[in-house]
Amino acid sequence: MNKRTSIVRETLERIWSNPGSRVGIVIFAFIVIVCLAAPLIAPYGVNDMDLANMYKGPSLAHPFGTDGMGRDQFTRILYGGRYSLALGLCAAILGSGVGAVIGSIAGYFGGKTETMIMRIMDIWSSLPSMLLCILISATLGAGFVNTVIALSIGNVPTGVRLIRGQILSERNKEYLEAAESINCSTPSIMFRHLLPNVVSPVIVDATMGIGMNITMAAALSYIGLGVQPPTPEWGALLADARTHILNYPYLIMFPGIVIALTVLAINLIGDGLRDAMDPKLRK
Amino acid sequence: MVKYIIKRLLGMILILLATSLIIFTILYFTPGDPARTIAGATATAEDVENMRHIMGLDKSYIEQLGDFLYSTFIKFDLGDSWVYNKPVINEMMIRLPRTLFIGLSAMALNLFLGIVMGIFAATHEGKWQDSLTMGFAMVFISCPDFWVALMMILLFSATLNLLPAYGIGGIQYYIMPIICSALGGIAVNARQTRASILGVFREDYITTAKAKGQKENIIVWGHMLPNALMPIITSIGNGFAKIVAGTPVIESVFSIPGLGLYMLTAINSRDYPVVRACVLFFAFFTAISMLLVDLAYAFVDPRIRARYQTVKKKETK
Repeated sequence: MNKRTSIVRETLERIWSNPGSRVGIVIFAFIVIVCLAAPLIAPYGVNDMDLANMYKGPSLAHPFGTDGMGRDQFTRILYGGRYSLALGLCAAILGSGVGAVIGSIAGYFGGKTETMIMRIMDIWSSLPSMLLCILISATLGAGFVNTVIALSIGNVPTGVRLIRGQILSERNKEYLEAAESINCSTPSIMFRHLLPNVVSPVIVDATMGIGMNITMAAALSYIGLGVQPPTPEWGALLADARTHILNYPYLIMFPGIVIALTVLAINLIGDGLRDAMDPKLRK
Repeated sequence: MVKYIIKRLLGMILILLATSLIIFTILYFTPGDPARTIAGATATAEDVENMRHIMGLDKSYIEQLGDFLYSTFIKFDLGDSWVYNKPVINEMMIRLPRTLFIGLSAMALNLFLGIVMGIFAATHEGKWQDSLTMGFAMVFISCPDFWVALMMILLFSATLNLLPAYGIGGIQYYIMPIICSALGGIAVNARQTRASILGVFREDYITTAKAKGQKENIIVWGHMLPNALMPIITSIGNGFAKIVAGTPVIESVFSIPGLGLYMLTAINSRDYPVVRACVLFFAFFTAISMLLVDLAYAFVDPRIRARYQTVKKKETK
């Protein structure tokens, strides 16, 4: 156990020493904290309507302006972040997690099991993930949980391929033979011995996946699927404002900037993570 | 090589069959009764029942699936739109060129700018040009494409009055959609190209080329690029799949009546023959691009080409 914590710590130190990912961590931590603390920070209630102040441009009272019902855009972006971040995180964990389990099964057992799983993955990914996402989301209907499922389904095949590829290169190593020879159970070999050695690309992929899922969730809301207004999810805010783009551009500008900034921060962290976990770059 | 292509084409048909099965099943279990939607709000229960019969919805799942697969893959008939009562294929043939034009132009832009940016960054590794190019790439990757589209409309249509904001017409209507579709892919390709080029930077043959006094340009484009091309080709193939999948959103922002928007409208109006046909077309394009990627591997890498030629009976992977 001691050794593993030290590897985690070493990785974290290496990420922090990378200036790009340090910036990413700071931005991302800031966004997460202000969104979690939304009830404390937000100057107004999330659904407070103020019909006297409809479509007010950015001002001191309303830093990001107000929408067609006089709701404060800044407040709604803060609260919306909770939905967007949770969507991205849940979908990435669920998708990559399921992918990792299926991929380990394929890689470890090999033979017919592997062929069958990989053929299913070929079919699964014959539709680009965004398209699959649109279809599943239309089938399941709007809502948070349904959107998480729709998003994560597209992430599964990548996870499977990554883990399987890694296992293929580890499958014949001595430590696995040793574990088998001392009669370790199959799940114990797979999850305690094999998985820690092959999991790093999936962690990197899942990290990047958070950002991609936030973008995809926003796109889904924008075309009328996924999480719907009046839920203040970032994409739903954009969908709400799209008809007023010419008259009230700030309603489109701010949610988009926040999405871009969040995804940028996550991508920077992901890049740092990849470098930090790359055994070739380890000293 | 011919054998390999035939094998892959057969595999593609299987994939399309499987995709049809999946899409049919997904739509079959989608809540809501298409017959009721099509019959209209004022229809009586009897009218709806009639409509179900005409649309073949009163048959069992297996029968409906059989009908659909039979007409699609044996008769090559994609059926009639439920909403407009016209053959789906006619409408698709009108819309397809628009989507293809956007997709292929975005792909070309992607290929060209991505590789040029990547090489530019790699040859200036560690200098400010590198950081600047890669910084831009990072920002491009992070911005949602539909939001960039909205911002471009604000800037180029609303403020500068240079380009039309939506609809179709001359080439000027396609400029913004193409750029928006390509942006993310350009950035991914640029990063991939840079990484691949840096990967071959310290190979012996590069040192040799430098030692014999070869020109810098020839070293980069003639020695490095061909050897770094494999991962770049993969990322280009994925890029095309992404562009295809992104067309519904981009077309809906710019109101371009292409395949993607056709599919979205059909999903909302429960016009399933249209949805199935569009999805099949998208799957077809994805499969074709994957096939081209694999063929490109063989074209680029003599080792792979040799394997296909000599080992014909063994399973090639």
